[in-house]
Amino acid sequence: MSDSVIDGKTAGPIWKSPEMAARRKKRHAADRRLQLYGIAAITFAIGFLVVLISSLIYTGASAFVQTKAQITVNLTNADVPADDIQGANWRSIVRTAMLDLLPEELPRSEQRDYFAMFTSNAPYLVRDYVVDHPDLRNKEFTFKLPFADPVDQFAKGQISRDTPEDRRRINDKQIGWFDTLQAEGLVSKPFNTALIFNSDSRFPELAGLAGAISGSFWALLVCFLISFPLGISAAIYLEEFAPKNRLTDLIEININNLAAVPSVVFGLLGLAVFLGWFGLPRSAPLVGGMVLSLMTLPTIIIVTRAALRSVPSSIKEAALGIGASKHEAIVHHMLPLSMPTILTGTIIGLAQALGETAPLLLIGMNAFITSPPEGLLSASTALPTQIYIWADSPERGFVSRTSAAILVLLAFLIVMNGLAVFLRSRFERRW
Amino acid sequence: MVLYLLLFLVLASLIAYFVASRRAVAAAGTDLREMHSRPVYHGMNAVVYTAVPAFIFLLFWLLFENSVIDFLVLGSFPGSEALNSSEKALLISEIRQVAAGNIFQEPSQAVLNAVEYLKSLRVTSTLLLSAAVFVLAIAGAVVAVMAVSKRFFARHRFEKAVTWFMIFASTVAILTTLGIVASLLFEAYQFFKRVPFYEFLFGLRWEPQIAIRADQVAGQGAFGAVPVFLGTMLVAALAMAVAVPIGILSAIYLTEYASKPFRAVVKPVLEILAGVPTVVYGFFAVLTVAPALRQLGTAIGMDVAPNSALAAGGVMGIMLIPFISSLSDDAFAAVPQMIRDGSLAVGATKGETIRRVLLPAALPGIVGGVLLALSRAIGETMIVVMAAGLIAKMTVNPLDSVTTVTVQIVTLLIGDSEFDNPKTLAAFALGLMLFIVTLFLNLIALRIVRKYREAY
Repeated sequence: MSDSVIDGKTAGPIWKSPEMAARRKKRHAADRRLQLYGIAAITFAIGFLVVLISSLIYTGASAFVQTKAQITVNLTNADVPADDIQGANWRSIVRTAMLDLLPEELPRSEQRDYFAMFTSNAPYLVRDYVVDHPDLRNKEFTFKLPFADPVDQFAKGQISRDTPEDRRRINDKQIGWFDTLQAEGLVSKPFNTALIFNSDSRFPELAGLAGAISGSFWALLVCFLISFPLGISAAIYLEEFAPKNRLTDLIEININNLAAVPSVVFGLLGLAVFLGWFGLPRSAPLVGGMVLSLMTLPTIIIVTRAALRSVPSSIKEAALGIGASKHEAIVHHMLPLSMPTILTGTIIGLAQALGETAPLLLIGMNAFITSPPEGLLSASTALPTQIYIWADSPERGFVSRTSAAILVLLAFLIVMNGLAVFLRSRFERRW
Repeated sequence: MVLYLLLFLVLASLIAYFVASRRAVAAAGTDLREMHSRPVYHGMNAVVYTAVPAFIFLLFWLLFENSVIDFLVLGSFPGSEALNSSEKALLISEIRQVAAGNIFQEPSQAVLNAVEYLKSLRVTSTLLLSAAVFVLAIAGAVVAVMAVSKRFFARHRFEKAVTWFMIFASTVAILTTLGIVASLLFEAYQFFKRVPFYEFLFGLRWEPQIAIRADQVAGQGAFGAVPVFLGTMLVAALAMAVAVPIGILSAIYLTEYASKPFRAVVKPVLEILAGVPTVVYGFFAVLTVAPALRQLGTAIGMDVAPNSALAAGGVMGIMLIPFISSLSDDAFAAVPQMIRDGSLAVGATKGETIRRVLLPAALPGIVGGVLLALSRAIGETMIVVMAAGLIAKMTVNPLDSVTTVTVQIVTLLIGDSEFDNPKTLAAFALGLMLFIVTLFLNLIALRIVRKYREAY
């Protein structure tokens, strides 16, 4: 490069001039700024993910344990008929057991507050326990009884002792009794089995996810049984057989479009067509699964087509060359080779379907149902709709349970996606 | 019962398969090569003949059984002609409840008669269905087994059946779209018969909480959807304001600056954001983001509504980051390396190359991605159902509470499903609008993306 002449004297090459250096500095600074923005954006997104997960764990972790009181039920003198265990006066039996926990006698006026500390289903819990173990009928045994929600929260430190009495749902007397029970070593916090094995309940301390999990399971099963065969068949037809004409173009546009239709519209479809026109029952996992399958279908079709396309044509041609029919070449050779990819895509599609909420709300899978569904046609909730129901509940105790339910849902999703990743890395072939 | 019929079909198919394939072996005599089709195809063909017609019949029967029975029961009920459709639905559900043994109050004699009739119809229906399935299955099996011979083209038959199934499977996508369009149009038409179209499209008041029963106390109802549309646009705009810059910037960093291992770790982590179910985001918005925004607002002296549009839109934006990021990623990747090298060779810095060369070249792809994300934001339901408001307000203040189309659809339809009052029908009109707008956005976006892909 030639030297530049400024003001009549030689000042070295122009790119060494202070102006150019300053400019270069500015340009590089701009470059670094862009990089910085990028890092900031990524940090923001990942930071948000971290906040999301940690806030869920923070609020949800406490719901995995349940504060319980160990009561001693004495049935030696109680009148529990062998042929009608359910008919005994369980209310008074359990109340006696509760009162026995305290060293001093309670005046009648205070008993009401005291009993309110325990779950109001206590008599039924003890009754069902004895029904399951009839040999306890005239014995003395201990039973771990869940505390009611306010006491549970107090024990977990979510309600502070320092809050003025009229602003918390547990009063000073109840705190006193709780301290007494704790001092006697009767309070424990075992794993909250109710969260997994119970169905929904009005009482947070008894509410669980069993119904929602089995509802989700049935719906996903239906979804898989419909969308998997249909999706693969449609993909094979479109990829290998379909003539290039208006109709197949229309089908392709349709499939691409369905993948982007808002999920709530599928709910409207299910409501109007499956419930309204066909008269299928409301809240049924069958209908939920049918709606979800329509949403999963495009995913499976797209994945299967890509998988079939990636199988080298030499394989198909070799099969055709030794006399296989086109169907045989596909079913015997191309499909098995692309199966890992198809399965991976299917699992990911099902994982998406598992988290889908809006369409299930519209077909009524947000009902209050206290027992797991007996089959495909009985009313049921699903995991995401259960989360929605609990999130909407006014009781404070449902906040941590909602987070816990979300953690359970996320655990299912992680397992499914993990399975997909495993399948991909283990079996997928690159050509 | 249905389960038993299905089991019967499986069993019958198995038997037909074995009989037909055995017969094929026998028909071949000493040399199997003289057969046109291998025995397995004769067997499979017999399975198709046995199971498919019976199964299709079973499916259709089940789909229409309930409606037909309801129709017959209602028709026999004295005085049912005078009832309107919601009273009819109530009556039929009462009859069904009594038939199922859930009796809350002593049913009238007419209802008891109807229950008897319903039960007898159900028995008849089951008998007829079973008989038909048996006959169809056995007739199919017999036909297929009798047809087995050396020159019977069983493989062709079977493959043809499979092809037809595949064609049917491909049309499911069309049927779904048709079902969506038909149901939305039909119910929306019912709605527009009661509420004029222009009032819905241009009205400024949205108060759908009207009386469903005559004795209920409720407002008169107003179905002007402009505030709902405005709220939807506000939330979507907020979401895009978060998602677009962050998505594009992270895509730029990941494709152009980041080292390979960094990219390999960060990209999947970002994708997690897209895999989190929306109900989780909704709960997070209510639990964490909205209170935080409210506290922040109080701290700087601004009044933030507990269910502000900002909380819902912001969280929705986070959800869309990976979506925009990966679509922009694809767009950047599609720009040929040559163009990048050319820019660097004339002395541009990496940042200048990105801003002046890469971004313009990738712009169509990015715009397509943004449009797709916008269509998602408009159609996104759970986040706004949980975090946005229910009351339609004419405002563009992000700190205020607004409602969206999807929120209204869900709240109008949760609880009751009577299709004969404007309140529930309004949801379908909103759904129709939503479908049209998102369809339009998707088509444009797909077209832009595709056109752009062909450019290089």
